[in-house]
Amino acid sequence: MLKQTEGSRAVAEAVALCRPEVICAYPISPQTHIVEALGEMVKDGSLAPCEFINVESEFAAMSVAIGSSCAGARTYTATASQGLLYMVEAVYNASGLGLPIVMTVANRAIGAPINIWNDHSDALSQRDSGWLQLFAETNQEALDLHIQAFRLGEELSLPVMVCMDGFILTHAYERVDMPTQAQVDAYLPPFEPRQVLDPAEPVSIGAMVGPEAFMEVRYLAHAKQMEALKLIPGYANEFREIFGRDSGGLCHTYRADDAETIVVAMGSVLGTIKDTVDQMRDAGHKIGVLGITLFRPFPIQQVRDALHNAKRVVVLEKSLAVGLGGILATNVRMALSALPIDVYTVVAGLGGRPITRRSLHALFRKAEQDEIDAVSFLDLNRDAVDKQLARERAHRRTGPAAEAMLRDLGVVAAKLA
Amino acid sequence: MSFQPVKFYQTGTFTVGNRLLPAEERSVQASAKRFNSLNSGHRACQGCGEALGARYAIDAAMEATHGQLICANATGCLEVFSTPYPETSWQVPWIHSLFGNTAAVATGIAAALKVKRLKGADRDVRVVAQGGDGGTTDIGFGCLSGMFERNDDVLYICYDNGGYMNTGIQRSSATPPAARTATTMAVGPEPGNVFGQGKFLPAIAVAHEIPYVATATVADLRDLEGKVRRAMEIRGARYIHILVPCPLGWGTASHETIQIARLAKETGLFPVFEAEHGELTSSLKIRKQVPVEEYLRPQKRYAHLFGKQPKVDVIARLQALADRNIRRYGLLDFDQ
Repeated sequence: MLKQTEGSRAVAEAVALCRPEVICAYPISPQTHIVEALGEMVKDGSLAPCEFINVESEFAAMSVAIGSSCAGARTYTATASQGLLYMVEAVYNASGLGLPIVMTVANRAIGAPINIWNDHSDALSQRDSGWLQLFAETNQEALDLHIQAFRLGEELSLPVMVCMDGFILTHAYERVDMPTQAQVDAYLPPFEPRQVLDPAEPVSIGAMVGPEAFMEVRYLAHAKQMEALKLIPGYANEFREIFGRDSGGLCHTYRADDAETIVVAMGSVLGTIKDTVDQMRDAGHKIGVLGITLFRPFPIQQVRDALHNAKRVVVLEKSLAVGLGGILATNVRMALSALPIDVYTVVAGLGGRPITRRSLHALFRKAEQDEIDAVSFLDLNRDAVDKQLARERAHRRTGPAAEAMLRDLGVVAAKLA
Repeated sequence: MSFQPVKFYQTGTFTVGNRLLPAEERSVQASAKRFNSLNSGHRACQGCGEALGARYAIDAAMEATHGQLICANATGCLEVFSTPYPETSWQVPWIHSLFGNTAAVATGIAAALKVKRLKGADRDVRVVAQGGDGGTTDIGFGCLSGMFERNDDVLYICYDNGGYMNTGIQRSSATPPAARTATTMAVGPEPGNVFGQGKFLPAIAVAHEIPYVATATVADLRDLEGKVRRAMEIRGARYIHILVPCPLGWGTASHETIQIARLAKETGLFPVFEAEHGELTSSLKIRKQVPVEEYLRPQKRYAHLFGKQPKVDVIARLQALADRNIRRYGLLDFDQ
C-alpha cells in the first residue's frame, strides 16, 4: 500500500510486519522514532505477543537482545552513534554467539566533538564486528532491507545491521510502498533457531574456547559471511517476486556501462550523486555510479566486475579512517587490486555537512581530469584548519580545539546550504 | 529463619539432621533425586565457596521449578572453572555472554520465555542469573540496577568472595576494609583496602524495593536453599547475595571454608537477612557472638593486622562495622 510517511515510521511498520517477539530500546537520536513507534504498537496491542523493554543503556539493549535471541525469540533493536559504540562489547558477542538479531543503525557521527548529524562513522567502526551490514539508499529500501535482514540473519545465524542515514532518511517524509502482512509472511518463515536455551535439551552456550579451536570458530564466521554473498541475490530475487520491486542485493550500477569515471558511495547520498551524474551525462560526460548496498560481507568480486572497465574510480564516503583516509575506499581498492585504475578517496559530509550537487559537479569534473588528490575532503574549510594549526604553533595552551575553531567561524549554522 | 520453625541441630555442632525433618523441609542436596545442576568434575579450587554455593543454589532453584530453569552466568571463576569446552559441568541450559551484562541477558531470556508462553508454550520456564561480586557490584551493576527497577522476572544470585579472584585477587567494591588484595597491597601506613569505600549491594537491592532480597552464607546451606526456594515462589526481580569464602584469595585452608563463612555471620561482619519490597522481614540471628578477631586471624589477607604489634585500632574499626551491622539488621536475639 502506498503511503506518505516518515522513514522511521516506515521502518517500524516493516519491523512489526516481521512479527518480532522481543524489542529493546534505549533512546538515542536519530533512531528514537523507530522504537517509539514500535513501543506504541506493542502497548496498544497491535503488535502482539511482543515484549517491549525500556533498558538502561545500549549495552543493556544488546545484552537483552542476546538473551532473548538465545531463548529463541525474534529480536530487534535500534541504535546510532555513541549508542552503537557503547554496546560494542555485546555487538561482537552477539555475532560471536551466532545470534540473528536485527538492528537498525540510524547513521550518525561519533564524538568528540559531539554531533548528532549524519555520517557513516558509527556503522563503519563495526565493520569487523561479524555483523552483516546493509546500507539503504531510500526509505523504501530501508524498510525492505529490514524484512530481508530477518530472513538473511536467521538463515545464517548471524546478526544483521540495517544502516540508514540519520535524519536524511529517518526523519524524511516520503512515499513508500508498505507491504501487506501476507506478503511478509510469505517471504519470512517463522524463526527456527539453530541453538536455543531449552530445559528439555540443555546446552551450554558461550563457553571458553582456547587456541585449539578459536581460529576455526572465527573462520566459520568468515565462511558464513562469504555464504551470504551467494544467498543475498537469491533473496533479492525472491523479494521481487513477492513484493514486486527491486530491493537489496549486493551492489548496483547506474549509467556505468561505458563510464570512464565511476563514483562509488553508500546510502542516501547516492540520490544526489545520481542526479549530478544525470546532468553530466546530458552534457556528454562518461560518468556512472556504483552504489554499495552490502558493506559486510564486502562484495569484492561484484565491485571488481562493476568497476574493471573504468579509468578512474571516485569513492565518496561519509567516513574517515583517521591516519589513512577512507574506509570504503580501502575496501574498493582491495577489490581493484592489480587493475590499472586510479582510485580517489573523497571524504564528504562528515557530521552532517551537506553534500550538494554544486560541490559534486566541481569534484567530478576535476576528477575526470585527474586533478584531485588521492585523498581529499569535500568542501573542507582549509582556512579554519590552517588558523588553528598556526595558533598551535604559536602557543602551547591553545585550549579546546573544536571550540576555538567554532569561535573563528562565528555563527554559521544558518549558512549551511 | 522465617521458613524453619523448628531447631534441628545436634548439640555442640550445627549439623542439620535431615532425617528429623518432614519430607518437604529436607535438603535438596540430601535427596538422591537432586539435579546436580553443577555437576562434579569441574575445575574449582579445593574448598571453593562459590562452587558450593552455586551447587546448592541452582539445585534448589531447579527443584523449585521442577527442572524448568535457564541460567545466565557472568564471566568469572564460576564460568571459567565450569566450562572449559568441550567439558561443561552444567546440566541446565546455560549461557555465558559477557562480564557486565548478565542481568540484562537474563532479562532478555525472561522476555522471550514470556512471549513463548503467550504463544502457547505449556512449560513455565524461569531464569536465574549469577555472577561473582566483581561482575555484580562493579561492572555488572548498571544492568543489575536496570533489571531491578524494571522488576523483570529474574532471580540474580551474587557469589561474593570479596574480590576479583579469577584475574588474580584484585580489589572489587565488595572487598572489605583492611583486606589485602593484589591491588590493595599490605604495605604503607594503611595496609590493605581502605575504610570508607565499597558498597553493600544487598542494601542497594533493598533500596530498589524489589519483591525479594536475601543474603546467605555457605555455612548455612539449608538457609540458602530455603531462600532460593522462597525467591522462586515470587515473580519479579529477586536478589540473593551469598558470602562464599575463597581459600586462594583469602588465604585460608580449604577445609576452613564453611567455618570462615560461619564466623563472618557470627561476628556480624556479614549480616544474613531477608527483605521484601524494601522492608527488612527477617534476620538470621547470631547464635554465639564472637569478636571479629576470630574471623580475621585465620585469613592471610588480614595477616598484616596480626604482626608483632597487632593493629588493634584497625581491628577495632572492623569490630565497629560488625557492631553496626548487628544494630542495623537486628542480628542479636535479645529475647533468647
